[in-house]
Amino acid sequence: MDLARPIGILLAKELRTEFRTRELLVSTLVFVLIVLVLFSFTFDPTTAESRRFGPGLLWLALLFAGSLMLHPSFTREQSNETIVALRMAPIEPISIIGAKILANFCFLLVAELVLLPVFAALYNLRIVPVLGRLVAVLVLGTLALSIVGTVFAAISSQARMRELLLPLLLLPLLTPALVASAEATAGLFESPPALAPVWMGVLAAFDTIFLTVTWLFGEYLLEE
Amino acid sequence: MPDESASQSRGGLGVEFVQFAKRYGARFALRNVSLSIAPGECVALVGPNGSGKTTLLKAAALLIRPTSGRVQFSASANGDGRNSHDDSTAIKRYIGLVSHSILLYDDLTAEENLVLFARLYALDSPEDRALAALEPAGLAARGKDLVRNFSRGMRQRLAIARALLAGPKLLLLDEPSTGLDRAGQQWLGETLANLAAAGCTVLMSTHGAGDSNAFVTRAIRLIAGSIAEDSAVSGDARTMLAAALAAHQEA
Repeated sequence: MDLARPIGILLAKELRTEFRTRELLVSTLVFVLIVLVLFSFTFDPTTAESRRFGPGLLWLALLFAGSLMLHPSFTREQSNETIVALRMAPIEPISIIGAKILANFCFLLVAELVLLPVFAALYNLRIVPVLGRLVAVLVLGTLALSIVGTVFAAISSQARMRELLLPLLLLPLLTPALVASAEATAGLFESPPALAPVWMGVLAAFDTIFLTVTWLFGEYLLEE
Repeated sequence: MPDESASQSRGGLGVEFVQFAKRYGARFALRNVSLSIAPGECVALVGPNGSGKTTLLKAAALLIRPTSGRVQFSASANGDGRNSHDDSTAIKRYIGLVSHSILLYDDLTAEENLVLFARLYALDSPEDRALAALEPAGLAARGKDLVRNFSRGMRQRLAIARALLAGPKLLLLDEPSTGLDRAGQQWLGETLANLAAAGCTVLMSTHGAGDSNAFVTRAIRLIAGSIAEDSAVSGDARTMLAAALAAHQEA
């Protein structure tokens, strides 16, 4: 089964389309920025307070932004029924889902890397000493958000009330990943900084389980 | 200019519906349809709105799972029947579809769209294939333009060019002349006639007589998801099909 070739072709298409329109990336960046700024007004951003609340607020903002960004990933395939053309192509259906997951992962990660300095400045946190470990947490947490979000974006895109349905499905299911990501991030801002293996393990397990489930049942997501 | 896709379709892919039924909720879109279309046959589907033409085409394109029954395919070379879901990825390589929607990305150029699908179909020299497909569609000069800036007729021409890109052995068309001007309809008619001459199987839903119907050899009338009439169209095909269409419109 050749998956790498179609995934690569479709990922290139997703990136080309997005960097031409910049619809998802710009709206997500602006949304997370607004949320982080508004949250920063709600408490005194001393280092101690920021250590307590900052990581949770960051991941909550990313989760909201994710639900905003992930929703159009399938609905914009519906305007000209391009999803039908992809389903007609002689490729494994799972490669369509795989390319969407990777594209959403890339978009979210780019948004996070742009927002990280803003987050550090607003919440008075030093990220440079823990940057490598922080990126590792972001990668695992964002992968969880991308996998589950893409799957449910595919499901909700065929439903009525789809704008409401995605966050309703996404938020409860992502709670374990959200808690693990926030806890792992919080550990990095403690004194001394520590990356908790248990939370990284939870994130890795979450990613593995949902990737496997998507691999096994992904093709059904695209059927009418 | 000769259409390259026509020369690629040596031998058609036959399609057979065996007691095929499709239900959406409580409503049957197709009711136990049994129909065999031989490789190289050119068939027109006629019938009123909601009669099941689009559902039948979707079933042949393996886009929907049946509620009951099955679709199977046979190649002209060996004639062996193959169940649709045994090897659907391989069979899809030989099926082209022109749908109600254009199945193209508005935010890509015409050329980028065709290159994308040429790559997905693992065709050699995707860029060359894309340019070769744009030429007969009369879009060579607009290849670098975004599809969102195309007129309805140009979008339809590009949709047809996309469906022909990989040289299909079974071509499914859902009212393909929609949006085409007189010259476009003539181009479509010539293209389909070339494909039919090359042995490509054609299954096309249509609402009116025109250039694109001239090569049709069989007409099937659907009413409420069932086959009401299945008749050969011989002699002056255009006149015969026009008569069949007129009869359908009167019914």
